[in-house]
Amino acid sequence: MATTASTRPGVGRERVLSLVLLLPSLAVFVLFLFWPLVRTFQLSTTGQDLFGRANRSVGLANFKAVLHDPEFGQVLGVTAGYVLLTVLPSILLALLVALLLQNPLRGLRVLRSAFAMPFAYSVAAASVVFAALFNPAIGIANYLVTSLGFAPVNWLTQPGTALISIAITTIWMTLGYNMLVLLAGIGGVDDQLYEAARLDGAGTWRIAWSITIPMITPTLFFLVVVDTIQALQSFGQIHLLTRGGPTGHTTTLVYWIYHTAFANGASDYGTGSAQAIVLLAVVIAVTAIQFGVLERKVFYR
Amino acid sequence: MSVVTQRRPASPAGGRTVPARPRRALPAGRLGRIVALVLLAVVVLFPVYYTVVGSVMGPGDIASAPPSLIPHSLTFANYRGVFHAIPLGRQYLNSTLVAVTITVAQVVCAVLSAYAFVFLAMPLRRAFFALFMLTLMVPWEAIIIPNFLFMAEHQLRNTYLALMLPFLAGGFGTFLLRQSFRSFPIELRDAATLDGAGHARFLLQILLPLSRPALASVAIFVFLSAWNQFFWPLLVTDSPKMQTLQIGLSSLNDAEQANPGLILAGVSMALIPTALLVALGQRFLIRGLTAGAVR
Repeated sequence: MATTASTRPGVGRERVLSLVLLLPSLAVFVLFLFWPLVRTFQLSTTGQDLFGRANRSVGLANFKAVLHDPEFGQVLGVTAGYVLLTVLPSILLALLVALLLQNPLRGLRVLRSAFAMPFAYSVAAASVVFAALFNPAIGIANYLVTSLGFAPVNWLTQPGTALISIAITTIWMTLGYNMLVLLAGIGGVDDQLYEAARLDGAGTWRIAWSITIPMITPTLFFLVVVDTIQALQSFGQIHLLTRGGPTGHTTTLVYWIYHTAFANGASDYGTGSAQAIVLLAVVIAVTAIQFGVLERKVFYR
Repeated sequence: MSVVTQRRPASPAGGRTVPARPRRALPAGRLGRIVALVLLAVVVLFPVYYTVVGSVMGPGDIASAPPSLIPHSLTFANYRGVFHAIPLGRQYLNSTLVAVTITVAQVVCAVLSAYAFVFLAMPLRRAFFALFMLTLMVPWEAIIIPNFLFMAEHQLRNTYLALMLPFLAGGFGTFLLRQSFRSFPIELRDAATLDGAGHARFLLQILLPLSRPALASVAIFVFLSAWNQFFWPLLVTDSPKMQTLQIGLSSLNDAEQANPGLILAGVSMALIPTALLVALGQRFLIRGLTAGAVR
């Protein structure tokens, strides 16, 4: 291939041009992605002097400190809990909406755009709105709870409800995205399959269960992977709703990094970088596991 | 698109494409579906309703216990007040400037690199492409410390450069445009070459005009994520005049807890561009969303 290509006239110039065209992107990637990646590893093995300058090599001491930190177990637990509380519920809810919305009934097509609206909310916008909804004194959440006869709940400041409240906010935020992706997947299913099933006398739910869902497993798989990675990287909703509290009950890996390296004038970049590498390892491991385990159950056309 | 073909048949039985096709959905089933959809819509859309309606409610309505869900009187005081609470006008400008610059830069970078990947002879093509895809897999939060240090070391905190620089290129746009360029009919390209069109003319006059949907997907996507950024702007700006709208919402939330109407007015204004994009650009959004799902 290379030899035949190089016999074409002007190929040498084309090769130079191709690299010139990659240059703008590569410059950004090297400066703000690849070099920082290397530097994260570097920083993770440095300690700080008395003036807070990171200039002394400490080997793997930062990693030891992170792994032996009594908070570490809690952080991993909260991170896992948050992923479990957000990813599957959001996908299942979106799937229900998408199934109900396929072959839209007359006049209900506008609902499709309406259900997509949460997608327009930034993490800050959604969190700030939900902070008001969860407000213990004037929020709607407690209005519902008390009108059902229960005592009002301090949603964001109690260990038992803080993470759930953040998860509800996240589920709502990701619902629009998940639904749009699922609708696109459902739209790609071959109509003939539905026709055959109807001729066999299958009902609406039977068709959904036996045809639609199996046929969109690649889309579902895609969403599980993307949403999990997203959840592992969540920051804004935690920062705005609970600041990682109460007492670390909503401190995920990413929020832990923020806490160590930036929050309240903190500047422990060495330990923060070691935590960042743990995050990197977790993201890579989870993605690899998902590809290994889930991919086998996925039906590809 | 299929949108059109699906909307047309409006027989009472709700046929999909051919009205004559027998359809299982019984009236009871259809009713159930409508009821389920409406109930779900009420739950899912409540925060949206609350955002908009809460922003025009007076403090007597929104901060009352029990909270009223229907405004007894309309007021735009919150929209005036929010400009005094935070430098909202300036922050709107900051967000717009940053998001538009990032969008234009990423689209240009992606067009150039996708063109090189698809239409040019390139040494180490696979390796370079793998490098571009790697950028999609590295979580930004894992490399945020050295990036922050870079900005601090170069005295770039509280500047537009700090807000923009790391995002002027991205692997996503290259990935999506490469897919789109690859499906470009090669005959058209050969015809253009025979006509003596060089790379620049082919790219600008033939390829790009025909790739408008893909370009729109990339642009909408990049704009949404740039406009909605939170963690990075929080780190590199602390002067309110240099902060983006998203950080402004966060300060509002910290300072005006007792005044939710003010916060919701800020949210409503921050939502205008993104809500428009989601409502009007849905076709392009879906293309971008599923770029990775279709392999």
